[in-house]
This record gives sequence, structure tokens and C-alpha cells, in this order.
Amino acid sequence: MTPAELDATFAALADPTRRAILARLAKGDCAVAELAEPFAMSQPAISKHLKVLERAGLVSRSKQAQTRPVHAEAAPLEAATRWLEQYRLSLEKKYARLDALLDAMQRPRRKGEKRQ
Amino acid sequence: MMPKTLQIGTPNDTDIVATRFFKAPPSLVFDCHTKPELVRLWQSGPDGWEWTICEIDLRVGGAYHYRWRNGDGVEIGFRGTYDVIEPPTKIVHSETFEGGNDTTVNTLLLEAKDGGTLMTYTMRTPSKAVRDAMIASGMAGGMEIGYGRLDRYLAAQTGG
Repeated sequence: MTPAELDATFAALADPTRRAILARLAKGDCAVAELAEPFAMSQPAISKHLKVLERAGLVSRSKQAQTRPVHAEAAPLEAATRWLEQYRLSLEKKYARLDALLDAMQRPRRKGEKRQ
Repeated sequence: MMPKTLQIGTPNDTDIVATRFFKAPPSLVFDCHTKPELVRLWQSGPDGWEWTICEIDLRVGGAYHYRWRNGDGVEIGFRGTYDVIEPPTKIVHSETFEGGNDTTVNTLLLEAKDGGTLMTYTMRTPSKAVRDAMIASGMAGGMEIGYGRLDRYLAAQTGG
């Protein structure tokens, strides 16, 4: 995945409606009319969101059936999630070190008299 | 009890937000972010990187500068200035990667909660394009570090 492709994925995901569409599609392919139902949006407005998702490679549309059902593509989403997870893990490693430091700073001294 | 591991999100077009809970009061967490001798103990770079510069001038308008070097002599670092300092709950500072053009404005909030501290760290980028590019290049950087480890592993396996 190129940085440009990843940009497109993150841009597409930066919208709550588009995330909700993907969540719905994760359960199975769906026609546009059916997709528009739970949203307070017209079919053309939903189609606009679908175009953004399609450009990012996050969804594809079947050319066979007349309803042209929308299908969620897993690969770009996985790449984007992998990056965030990798970033999260590297930060988490750093903060685990901070945990250890904070713990050491709050531990009573072992040597000499115990302070109470 | 709050979840202890780091949560990370992109709540809007320009921000990356990390939240985490620490079992220590905000004053200690604040010190660990602002005293060089403490920062050095935990904000080390990736494995194999050593500190070369860790300077903090904790005043509004004051600067900080962090830099690390790896075994190959490659140096990475970032610097910025403090815009808001409200011990022990809030710091706002800029952050620019050395050699990079983009500056983020980062807000560290430390809130006393459940006998510890809830940290909310927001990195605000100048635009969505910059945020997305930063995420993409971050991925490339992360992969590079991963490949560096793979190289060492392979070298060890082949005795090279």
C-alpha cells in the first residue's frame, strides 16, 4: 500500500456516515437503497459517500446484478488498522516504561528506616 | 477502573488523540513529562536508539529539544516550544520533527481520576492532508524499524 493509498483510506474513514456504511457492509453485501434506509439521507447523498469509499478501494460494486450490490473490501482497512495498531503499540511500549518509573517513584525506600 | 492500555483515535480531520491511565497522581506524571532526568528514563526512542540531547526549558515560550542516535550513527529528533504550562494538569507545546516541515500543536491533559491519572494527549496537525501524510509516513517509519529488526535477526541466524 502506497502512502497515497493510505491517505485515501484515512480520508474515507474520517466520516461517521462512511464508517457506519462500512459497519453495515461488514455483515454482508447490500443494495444502495437498502444502505440508505437507516440513514436520514437521500440515495444520491449515500451514493456520494460510496464514491469516496470506492475511490479508496474500501468498497466495490458488482456489475452483474441490476441492483449493483455494494461489497466491503477488507485489504485497505486492514492496512490502515495495522498502521494505527503499530503506532499504538510503539506508544504503549513507551508508556509501559513510564508505568515502571512511576511505580519506582512511589515505592517506599527499601534501605534504612521505613518512613510512615 | 479505567482501561490501562493506550487508546488511540482520529476523532476529526486534524487530530490524533491518545488516552491512557496511570497509577500515580498527576503531579508525578507531570514531572515525568517535564524534568529531563525523568524524561530520559522512559521517552527513549525505538530499541537501539540512545539519547544525545534532552533539553527542557519549562517556561511559556521556552524550548525543548530531544534527539537520539542509533548504532549506525543516524540521528532523529524533534523540538518545539511551550505555549501553556499549568502544573500539574496541562501542557500545550508545538512539535516539529527535525528535518520535517510540519508542526503539530500537542495538548497534554492530566486529570486526577480513580486514585490515578487519566492522560489525554492530542496531537493537532495543521490540516487533514498533513495528518494523513503523517500517518502514512509514520507507517513507513514503523515498517523501517521493523525491517531493521528483521535484518539483525536474519544476520544472527546466518551467522553474518
